[in-house]
Amino acid sequence: MNDTLVPRLPLGDVVADIVDVVTKSGKDVFAAVKTGFLAAYEPLEILFTTPPAWTIILVIAALAWWVKGWRLGVGSAAGLVLVAAVDQWDNAMATLALVVLASVVAIILAVPLGIWAARSDRVSAVVRPVLDLMQTMPAFVYLIPTVVVFLTGVVPGLVATIIFALAPGVRFTELGIRQVDPEVVEAGHAFGATEGRILRQIQLPLALPTIMAGVNQVIMLSLSMVVIAGLTGAPGLGRDVVAALTRVNVSLGVEAGLSVVILAMILDRVTAALADRAPVARALARS
Amino acid sequence: MTAIRVENVYKVFGRRPQEAVRKLRAGATRDEVKSLGTAAVIDTSFEVADGEIFVVMGLSGSGKSTLIRMLNGLWRPTSGRVLLGDDDLATVSASRLRALRRTTVSMVFQHFALLPHRTVLDNAAYPLEIQGVGKEERRERARAALELTGLGGWEDSLPGQLSGGMRQRVGLARALTADTDILLMDEAFSALDPLIRREMQEQLVEIQQKLGKTIVFITHDLNEAMYLGDRIAVMRSGRIVQIGTAEEILTAPADDYVAQFVADVDRTRVLTASSVMLRPGVVLPAAAGPRRAARAMREAQAAAAFVVDRDRVLLGFVRDSDVVDAARAGIPRLDGLVQTDVATVDEDTPLSEIFAPSAESLVPVAVTDDHGRLLGVVPRVTLLEAMVPPEIDLPDDTPADGPVETVVGAGATTVNGNGVPDGYEPLPPDDGVPGLAPDELPAARTAASAAEVAAAAEFDATTEGGTR
Ligand SMILES: Nc1ncnc2c1ncn2[C@@H]1O[C@H](COP(=O)(O)OP(=O)(O)O)[C@@H](O)[C@H]1O
Ligand SMILES: [Mg+2]
Repeated sequence: MNDTLVPRLPLGDVVADIVDVVTKSGKDVFAAVKTGFLAAYEPLEILFTTPPAWTIILVIAALAWWVKGWRLGVGSAAGLVLVAAVDQWDNAMATLALVVLASVVAIILAVPLGIWAARSDRVSAVVRPVLDLMQTMPAFVYLIPTVVVFLTGVVPGLVATIIFALAPGVRFTELGIRQVDPEVVEAGHAFGATEGRILRQIQLPLALPTIMAGVNQVIMLSLSMVVIAGLTGAPGLGRDVVAALTRVNVSLGVEAGLSVVILAMILDRVTAALADRAPVARALARS
Repeated sequence: MTAIRVENVYKVFGRRPQEAVRKLRAGATRDEVKSLGTAAVIDTSFEVADGEIFVVMGLSGSGKSTLIRMLNGLWRPTSGRVLLGDDDLATVSASRLRALRRTTVSMVFQHFALLPHRTVLDNAAYPLEIQGVGKEERRERARAALELTGLGGWEDSLPGQLSGGMRQRVGLARALTADTDILLMDEAFSALDPLIRREMQEQLVEIQQKLGKTIVFITHDLNEAMYLGDRIAVMRSGRIVQIGTAEEILTAPADDYVAQFVADVDRTRVLTASSVMLRPGVVLPAAAGPRRAARAMREAQAAAAFVVDRDRVLLGFVRDSDVVDAARAGIPRLDGLVQTDVATVDEDTPLSEIFAPSAESLVPVAVTDDHGRLLGVVPRVTLLEAMVPPEIDLPDDTPADGPVETVVGAGATTVNGNGVPDGYEPLPPDDGVPGLAPDELPAARTAASAAEVAAAAEFDATTEGGTR
């Protein structure tokens, strides 16, 4: 490939230079971000790992029972017991803490951005290709600049996860708001409601089932990325998966992998059930 | 006072609306500007007076919904002005527009536009919630509005649990709770079944009369338009082709489109006695003697005559045979001969309510005013004729209305309006033959039933044209 028709474009170098400059000039900012994330993550990890496993199992099972039914409650409990039995409990809880934190931050960023994109075609036109890029870029690639900026540990994994998981949150929020029956929104206008009231009382409640589907996706993407983030030294199941890979340790790989699957299933079912409990979804289900 | 004034309003959806408006102004048709956008409303102007029910009627896609959405500023005209009272919707501030929508103008939506996650009661109360009315009061007022629209007992249901008709009534209740001066109603009764629909129409008229609301009502149902509208605007492909009262539109359609549109209306519900009544053939003062009466009836070739007092108050009628007998017997006055079983209606009685009395009466139904004074008569022939729409494209050589009565009275007249000799009975027209004067249609129909109505027909044989 030495005699290609086009000259070699040093795109990678350019981006690397930019990252370099950004890293140097934003040193203080990144330091602050790092401290912030650590301050948020550490108590969360302690919250999940210090109590005895059975209390956490009971709380999660009760939550699953409440949002969906006893089957999900019992299933969740059984799954978590299995996680504890293969000695992955602490890892699973660290992963859970990462997923919760990353998802919350991603949702806090994504929902307002989605609302904004829904209300302005111009914003939507800018946001959409950026989201496409973010979703199609291989997940590992996010890790590189975050490692450059934040070095190793929890924070680069968290930041990469948040960026990676942001897209469906924005997309589903925009979609949900845009597909609210325009006549219902018009009714709000026709009776003299302010934009804020229409957003709060009409658009968001009616878009909620769709937004919740987005939240579900955000959480699932977070989980998958948090595991990948094990590569950069993020704690949790990901680290054992990576270790199993590098050492070709089948038994460790199976145990850590299975724990990821169990966690994923519980998170998925619980958030999906939560979406069904939205007032609109219930109203529509009753009719 | 005008509640709403619309001045040369255009609305074009599409990429180059201004250019489309410029072309339309220069005389382009809706199809010619298709490439620039959809011209939903074109050069529309009208005024709606305070307390008026103004109906906009037209086929689906003629621009009715677009037009009504510009009356409360949901959509902005591409060109032209909309004024609510003194407020020009194009220039009012956002907060003033909200205030107008809270206090002045509310809307019933074609597809209901209810909040699916709120109960019927909270939906009906929503305008008051927006206005900042306290929970107890707004629920109370919403409950009253729901009661009025026949939804008492459904307060706690969700819209999704109701039928389309009931949802539509929730939408109506919501607009009524808002209690604004102007109500915009976009096909507000379209989802109701006929009986409830009729009931709601009557209720709307009642509400309007009681509260003096100004109502802009959109419909594609002509009968509804005719029943509700003080005035009716007929829309076609974005333009208003005629504005007028129901009777004006029925009796003098502006063009073929309107004529075809009104062809299948239930005319008997719209037309009233005063719009079809004729001058009575022979009217005798009670003081007249039988001899004079007999002469007058012979000259008019009438079998019966109405008798009135000095103030033209209707007393009854006399038959020719009775009069002739009385004249022979030398009885001086008519009084004793008068039969009083005359069916009377007032000017505003719709034709549909004249059929029954007409069928039972020997003589034409008398139309009287509040004081009982005789204004005119409605013979059965006229009733039957009124059910047939005026035909389009009258051939030049056919006299307008005259021959109908003349042909009916053929037994008494020597020559009818077309110069056809006595005794000629027009053949029933074959619908497929274009050359046949359409005007003969009612004539033929009435001729077919001539025997049945002979007595009544003779009665007004001399009243060609009547008071129409
Ligand atoms: N938001 C819109 N965008 C584009 N075209 C529209 C829009 N709303 C209505 N139209 C078009 O304008 C025309 C008139 O529609 P509408 O006002 O809904 O008619 P009607 O209420 O009489 O059935 C139709 O051709 C329709 O397709
Ligand atoms: Mg419409």
